[in-house]
Amino acid sequence: MNLALKDIRYNLGRFVLTAVGIGLLLMVVMGMGGIYRGLLREATLLVESIGADLWIVQGGSRGPFAEISRIPSSVEDRVRTVPGLTGVRRFLSHTIQREHGGRQLRMVVQGLSWPEDRGQWIPLVAGRPLSQAHYEIVVDRSLGLELGARVRLGKDDYRVVGITSGMVGTGGDGIAFFTVGDAQAIQFDVPAEATRIERLLRRGRVEEHELGRLTPRLLDRAVGEAAGIPALAPPPVSAVIASVAPGADPAQVAAEIARWPDVTVYTREQQIELLVSGMVDKAKRQLGLFRVVLVIISTIIMALIIYTLTLDKIHDIAMLKLMGAKNGAIIGLILQQSLLIGGIGYLLAWWLGNYAFPRFPRLVVIEPGDMLVLAGVVVLNSVLASLLGITKAMSVEPSKVLS
Amino acid sequence: MKNPADTLAVEALSLTKIYGSGNTEVVGMKEVSLSLGKGEIVALLGPSGSGKSTFLTALGLINPPTSGQIRLGGQTVMDGPKELVDVRAYRRQHLGFVFQKANLIPFLNAWENVAVAMELNGVPSSLAKERAMELLEYLGVSDRAANHPNELSGGQQQRVAVARALANRPSLILADEPTAALDSYRGRQVMELFQKVAREQGAAVVVVTHDHRSLDVFDKTYEMEDGKLSEGIIGSHHTSSPR
Ligand SMILES: Nc1ncnc2c1ncn2[C@@H]1O[C@H](COP(=O)(O)OP(=O)(O)OP(=O)(O)O)[C@@H](O)[C@H]1O
Ligand SMILES: [Mg+2]
Repeated sequence: MNLALKDIRYNLGRFVLTAVGIGLLLMVVMGMGGIYRGLLREATLLVESIGADLWIVQGGSRGPFAEISRIPSSVEDRVRTVPGLTGVRRFLSHTIQREHGGRQLRMVVQGLSWPEDRGQWIPLVAGRPLSQAHYEIVVDRSLGLELGARVRLGKDDYRVVGITSGMVGTGGDGIAFFTVGDAQAIQFDVPAEATRIERLLRRGRVEEHELGRLTPRLLDRAVGEAAGIPALAPPPVSAVIASVAPGADPAQVAAEIARWPDVTVYTREQQIELLVSGMVDKAKRQLGLFRVVLVIISTIIMALIIYTLTLDKIHDIAMLKLMGAKNGAIIGLILQQSLLIGGIGYLLAWWLGNYAFPRFPRLVVIEPGDMLVLAGVVVLNSVLASLLGITKAMSVEPSKVLS
Repeated sequence: MKNPADTLAVEALSLTKIYGSGNTEVVGMKEVSLSLGKGEIVALLGPSGSGKSTFLTALGLINPPTSGQIRLGGQTVMDGPKELVDVRAYRRQHLGFVFQKANLIPFLNAWENVAVAMELNGVPSSLAKERAMELLEYLGVSDRAANHPNELSGGQQQRVAVARALANRPSLILADEPTAALDSYRGRQVMELFQKVAREQGAAVVVVTHDHRSLDVFDKTYEMEDGKLSEGIIGSHHTSSPR
């Protein structure tokens, strides 16, 4: 007969409660690992699915995922002249937080280089890619917008035409895909009054300038649209992305562009590496630290529980010794209970995790490899936790039965 | 004449036990000697604190004497506090204990409490269960075999404990006031059972008891006083001259 199981069956409530507690702790440990994997996947999903081989960003910067990167949209035209490249596009990305339907809507505004890029590469769960140059968006499911919903951003309404999933920025906010023109309009939208004041100030500056006095027509120009003023550059973009044509050597093409002093170029791998080593790395260390602490806590809690369970049985253990039970039988009793609590906790964590993790606000990815490692940790945990109880049980004298 | 090693079940040679040390020193027993043949059943009487339990647990290899020797089946197993054999294995294979309290394992039911003693000794579980049920039957508690100790009366628990002590057919049974929790009928029955086990299995039995009505089942009566053992006469409980 198995003494460990007999005891567990007799004290079922207590064991179940303990296993549930340990299970919840293990679920958090598991979740921490899953959150890290999720961060990694989220961070790289956009870069991987956008299908660009080269990222041309503001000179000296680490690109739009790491910091603010601004390059003139004219760089796109220059990149087009480089042989061996196809699919040269502008890339625009910035985060906004607006009110929509009475709640805060935080999203990454992502510009697609219309008309070459209509978002055909975005994995859609509903709807369609963009089909016109303005006022349409494809949004990530996490933004909670329905197909056909209208969102007011700046001075315009945008209609949701497609829904994607898993597309989030490095901050975990859902991405909304606009055309680059719309994205710029949202980014550089200013209230009418601000435009009016800016035009007046511009006129004032021109009036004071000798040039303005000599050519009065400049004054008319100065109060016109910004786009109509030759001296003002069109609004910048975050980056220009391009694919390398089949047969061309990405490294060679990259080296060519790298010679331009005003921009910096990254390959896709470098871009991913930057993402991972930047913000994700810190999160990894942070989460790793928490996992270690939690594992230690769960070991201590288990050790204490196993210890008290053993203390409760100490008279029975003395009796077993008096009857001549071998140490192995007594160690087995305690160790098996510890392993059982750990094992049930682990299964519970797995089961609860399956249920709970998909409901987490950010992606949690549980990989089989991680589960295996955790199983190993739990076994080690249980063995360590039982040591205290075993030590106590070994030290009890059979004559304790008589007292 | 037979070899004494064949007929002697247990021999205590000048056992002394001193508890504590310095000015808290207490003499538990003093130069106690006793030989018990196979199939012999003896009673141990004496006032409280006289050292009966000390002596019994020393014989049971759970309370090592300060000096003196214990021989079991012709083999010296204790030399002073020094263990000369694996005492745990010895207890498992050759000794049976019954105490005033039943000391059953609370998470095992009645038959499991009996069977566990056999399983610890390597008896296959089906066989152990079978014999456990037989013993419980014999002791009149087979109808409670599936109940846990907390569902049994004190007397029922004690009978399960007796069954457990007999489970491995021990060569030496040590009982410390085993019938204190039983009514006189059941108490007598247990004493007769010990006698029967002694006769039929050749086990040596030492019973500490205060129950003078059952003294007729014993071959000899010993009395302890202030840690000293002396042989008494059946039917009387006052000290006779030391051997
Ligand atoms: N563990 C111990 N530590 C110190 N002294 C002890 C210990 N066990 C017993 N003694 C002392 O040894 C003496 C003999 O005790 P023992 O338990 O053998 O008596 P007993 O004859 O069994 O008494 P009772 O009939 O009350 O059970 C007593 O004076 C007791 O106080
Ligand atoms: Mg006593």
